[in-house]
Amino acid sequence: MSTHTPQSRPWALKVSGLGRIYGDPSPASLTGTGPEHGTAVSPSTGAVVAAWDVSFEVAPGEALGIIGESGSGKSTVMRCIAGDEAATTGGIALRSVADGTVNLCDLLPSARRRLRLKDIAAVYQDPAAGLNLDVTAGGNIADPLTAVGWRSYDGIRQRAAELLERVEVPLSRMDDLVRTFSGGMRQRVQIAKALANDPPVLLLDEPTTGLDASVAAGVLDLLRGLLEETGVAAVVVSHDFGVIDMLTRRVLVMKHGRVVESGLTDQLLEDPQHPYSQQLVAAARG
Amino acid sequence: MNTLSPTRTGTGASRAGALAGPDPRPGIFDELSKRELRRAMLSGIAIPGYQVPYGSREMPVARGWGSGGLQATLSLVCDEDQLKVIDQGEDAGVNASNLRRLITEHTGAGEETDTRAADIIQSRHRIPEQPLTDGQILVLQVPNAEPLFRIVQEMDEQRRMHAEADYAKMWVWLYEDIVHNGLITAAAGYPVLVEGRYVMTPSPIPRWDVPKMNDSDAITILSAGREKRLFAVPPHTRVVPLTFDDRPFEVEYTPGTACRLCGSDDTYLVEEPGENGAPGTWSCSDTDFCTRRRTGDAPADVAGQPVELARAALRRATREQEETS
Repeated sequence: MSTHTPQSRPWALKVSGLGRIYGDPSPASLTGTGPEHGTAVSPSTGAVVAAWDVSFEVAPGEALGIIGESGSGKSTVMRCIAGDEAATTGGIALRSVADGTVNLCDLLPSARRRLRLKDIAAVYQDPAAGLNLDVTAGGNIADPLTAVGWRSYDGIRQRAAELLERVEVPLSRMDDLVRTFSGGMRQRVQIAKALANDPPVLLLDEPTTGLDASVAAGVLDLLRGLLEETGVAAVVVSHDFGVIDMLTRRVLVMKHGRVVESGLTDQLLEDPQHPYSQQLVAAARG
Repeated sequence: MNTLSPTRTGTGASRAGALAGPDPRPGIFDELSKRELRRAMLSGIAIPGYQVPYGSREMPVARGWGSGGLQATLSLVCDEDQLKVIDQGEDAGVNASNLRRLITEHTGAGEETDTRAADIIQSRHRIPEQPLTDGQILVLQVPNAEPLFRIVQEMDEQRRMHAEADYAKMWVWLYEDIVHNGLITAAAGYPVLVEGRYVMTPSPIPRWDVPKMNDSDAITILSAGREKRLFAVPPHTRVVPLTFDDRPFEVEYTPGTACRLCGSDDTYLVEEPGENGAPGTWSCSDTDFCTRRRTGDAPADVAGQPVELARAALRRATREQEETS
């Protein structure tokens, strides 16, 4: 899959030939699946080919979008990169881990979890997946900080306040339980927590789905500003071309577990080639 | 009963009998189970602070009433040993007296109340004021072996956190405590980090006693019969209460109080309420130490570390008060 990354820019995250099959992982499961067959379920083995042959690179300061309908495999790709589930095959490399020479899929689960402290962070659609709702906003941010060895109470509070300010959560709410927050505010806290240790790679899984339109617009504005300021390499997974258009420069279109088209976001929006992309764009244009 | 020599190994049952060693006293704890406890204790000593599972047997006390400590003591005690058992610092408590009688009658060990003369000290809620010495073993009865039980409920997750030394959620818990209450409110069973590796509960001893575990000359065995786990702190092990660098660990202390019997103000004191709501009086929790202080048989300055911590906290508080006024 071509990636359109200029050779001069070194990647922060590289995914090559990533595949995830639920069920029989043998090649027999691949036959008869994919967009040309209109299904991700293998007719011979019954296995679900959730994602196959997904490759891309993301450079620092760049945001890559992955778009597709429900069940297209975009979230599976993200969960494999985040380490929430194991890929069946393929390579995932981070520049921050041994200068990109290590395939993260070969690491032990414990080592993989440790990467989530400093090297890679994820923001989930449901704030409850990334936050402890029965802990204060400051306490949620204290989690990744103490995990990497922060031991000063005042230092942690200062850093948490700084992050909350950056995501525009009023500091007066810092010591309130996240359960008492609105959906948009919870999402902002989740973003603050993800940024706590300045990770070089940020994964955003449907970050604004589930928020009402005006709140979503505010969170999107925030994310766009953060992506520009921080120089983080971001992967944005969404079914909404509006989100992809606003946050990313390049995009992959996924359907039935495969990438059907990829390119620059604005070009793809103007001139989608694959019939499925055309459908998605038409849907976005309403 | 057991007349088999180790050379006569006919059946599995007789081999087990030979392994078990001397004839058991008719009684409450069989020799093979004691061996299992000793193996678990050796594992615990080898990995300070790590919770070792064991097959907790039925004891003539209810689980939760010292059955874990009882099994550990029964496995360790020899005929020539002197045994001290305390409950809240007191040798004469009902539970302590009964456990002590039970053990000495079944083992031939002698009853002892003087901490200095005891080989094994079984305790609930206190570590004696008299510093323990090389060769002594402190057995603590533990009601909740898992320091993470308030923080995560899934046992798999607790084990993962211990295995990976992933204690961020424990730190968040301490952080939240300060946010909500202005200070860390954990009182009995204050979480400690053992030798820089495992977070452990020191059993429900007061904060006052926690510093005594650090670099102790004695062995500490902590045994939870109900939860079927034990853990240990070998001599001269680092035991550090968890706290933030800018929030010093503090111990219980009421300024101006002293024991009404021996006059000590450097020991752990408990309040006895006065009649009809009158102000209470204070006395030593450790009755052996109090008795010896009165006869001049106790060192004048032993509690060093806890009382120093208490005084330092007092000085800090006074200073802060002066700064704000």
